[in-house]
Amino acid sequence: MNAATNWPAIAMFAAFVALTLAITRWAAKRVKTADDFYAAGGGITGFQNGLAIAGDFMSAASFLGISAQIYSDGYDGLIYSIGFLVGWPIVLFLMAERLRNLGKYTFADVASFRFAQTPVRTLAAISTLLVVLFYLIAQMVGAGQLIRLLFGLPYPVAVGIVGVMMTLYVLFGGMLATTWVQIVKAVLLLGAATFIAAAVLWRFGFSPEALFSRAVEVKTAAALNEGLPPGEAAEAGRSIMGPGGFIQSPISAISLGLALMFGTAGLPHILMRFFTVPDAKAARTSVLWATGWIGYFYLLTFVIGFGAIVLVATEPGYLDASGGLLGGGNMAAVHLSHAVGGDLFLGFVSAVAFATILAVVAGLTLSGASAVSHDLYASVWRRGRVDQAQELRVSRITVLVLAVVAILLGILFETQNVAFMVSLAFALAASANFPVLIMSLLWSRCTTKGVVVGGAVGLFTALGLTILSPAIWVDVLGRAEALFPYSSPAIFSMPAAFLTIWLVSLLDRSGRAAVDRAGYAAQRVRAETGIGASGASAH
Amino acid sequence: MDANGRSLDRLAEDPHYQRLVRRRTAFGWTLTGLMLIVYFGFILLVAFAKPFMGSSLAGGATSVGIPLGLGVILFAIALTGLYVRRANRDFDAEMARIRAEFDA
Repeated sequence: MNAATNWPAIAMFAAFVALTLAITRWAAKRVKTADDFYAAGGGITGFQNGLAIAGDFMSAASFLGISAQIYSDGYDGLIYSIGFLVGWPIVLFLMAERLRNLGKYTFADVASFRFAQTPVRTLAAISTLLVVLFYLIAQMVGAGQLIRLLFGLPYPVAVGIVGVMMTLYVLFGGMLATTWVQIVKAVLLLGAATFIAAAVLWRFGFSPEALFSRAVEVKTAAALNEGLPPGEAAEAGRSIMGPGGFIQSPISAISLGLALMFGTAGLPHILMRFFTVPDAKAARTSVLWATGWIGYFYLLTFVIGFGAIVLVATEPGYLDASGGLLGGGNMAAVHLSHAVGGDLFLGFVSAVAFATILAVVAGLTLSGASAVSHDLYASVWRRGRVDQAQELRVSRITVLVLAVVAILLGILFETQNVAFMVSLAFALAASANFPVLIMSLLWSRCTTKGVVVGGAVGLFTALGLTILSPAIWVDVLGRAEALFPYSSPAIFSMPAAFLTIWLVSLLDRSGRAAVDRAGYAAQRVRAETGIGASGASAH
Repeated sequence: MDANGRSLDRLAEDPHYQRLVRRRTAFGWTLTGLMLIVYFGFILLVAFAKPFMGSSLAGGATSVGIPLGLGVILFAIALTGLYVRRANRDFDAEMARIRAEFDA
């Protein structure tokens, strides 16, 4: 099973790379202006954008991480999936159309619409870069493990290949190539996951009950093998059907729920996608498609995780000497694809999983680069006095820098759990970007000082508490006991951000505050109607 | 810009416009509230009623938590569909009418 010479996988991956490079070449000819580079010229349809958003969400962490979590803990993985999904309705009901109507390239365009540009954009850029870096690390680590297993390449080389590929997409093809690579991958991944889930269910006569009951048997037998008495073993087997040890306390559960739900509404690389569609109606349609595809995908992931318990954990060929999965914990879905479809299908799924990582890191990198070039360089540093060519040059340099940083951090964080790094990014997005966006969009008395101080409080509270939490304080830094016992900081950092924005805005009597509040009425009309929206006249 | 700004102010004061925005915003918040109740209801069950969530649904391996969890996913998709349908059929047409009247 060590697939150092898995030629089908290598051939199919090469085919994907060739296709995406062709897309990039096609896109490169069309990317001339900043609008093309950041927002694909505003010419993506709602359906296409929905697939691209779903693609951004069906990352390595979702496909490999969640199916692996279901493989090891059962039901707990579903809690994660649900949290990732339920943010989307909120984005639709409160934000999507208003974002499209007010923004141009980055969510900071919207957050700073009526505020002082420099402080708000600086804060937004910092939080964007932090979120992007955490998310990137998770993707890079997943890529390294996957390629090492499938192609027998050393980990650093694998991470390097991902860095080079994403640089090519973003540098030459901008948002247009990034979006189409994401769409192609989303279709391939949905197809592959559908096949795996259907193959698993087919073996059980399309009866989920039969699948679950066999999974419980497998887990019970494993517990018996570990020497547990029969009563406890049966209980251990049964435990995969309900919430278990992953959610350690009620506060952890609620906190993680908040981070997953509202983090979705604050992820910069996702918010950026709303600027690639022509109008608010297309923004709305894209969320409906995205929610549908993501929900469907998580249903498949659930079946895939249980399928792996039944078909992978019972097959010594997929396991190492100690009973763990060959290639690491995240490989459950990859091994399952071999179990149901043989070498050829394993090759296909491996290529798709690798493609997933490439497409997601490209979107992340573009989002990070736009924060630096559009927000920090063009708006803060040059105060808007900058031509497109200069801004695009800075953007492309940033892409190169981000690629190097991502490669180095990917190597540094080789042994970290992938799904956990993503939830970190969600906590930051939920605690800084989401409160700032919602309050600036919907609260007339909100001021520059309020969002900057409140956003910073949310960001640094989330970051600080995460460092003190078990995942970093104990697992990374090796201390005995975590100073902050919960798995996610959001239950504290989100209210801290909202309260600070509210309080500081209320107490703000500066001249700027008067300007900020006076600007609300005009912002509201534009947000609700789309009058004067970016790209509205050009299309 | 000034002329544009003035016409925006006038639109903001249009009673039809105000009623539409109020209706649309209220609808958005109602659905948001429903989603929050359903999702955090689920999370509270996960947090405080682990044995109930893990208990057998109909005597077999399938637990109570499975239909509840999958139900949350389907509920989220259904709410999204509901909003888009109402916005496409009702809100957009109303806004187009108001803007046409306003421009005339």
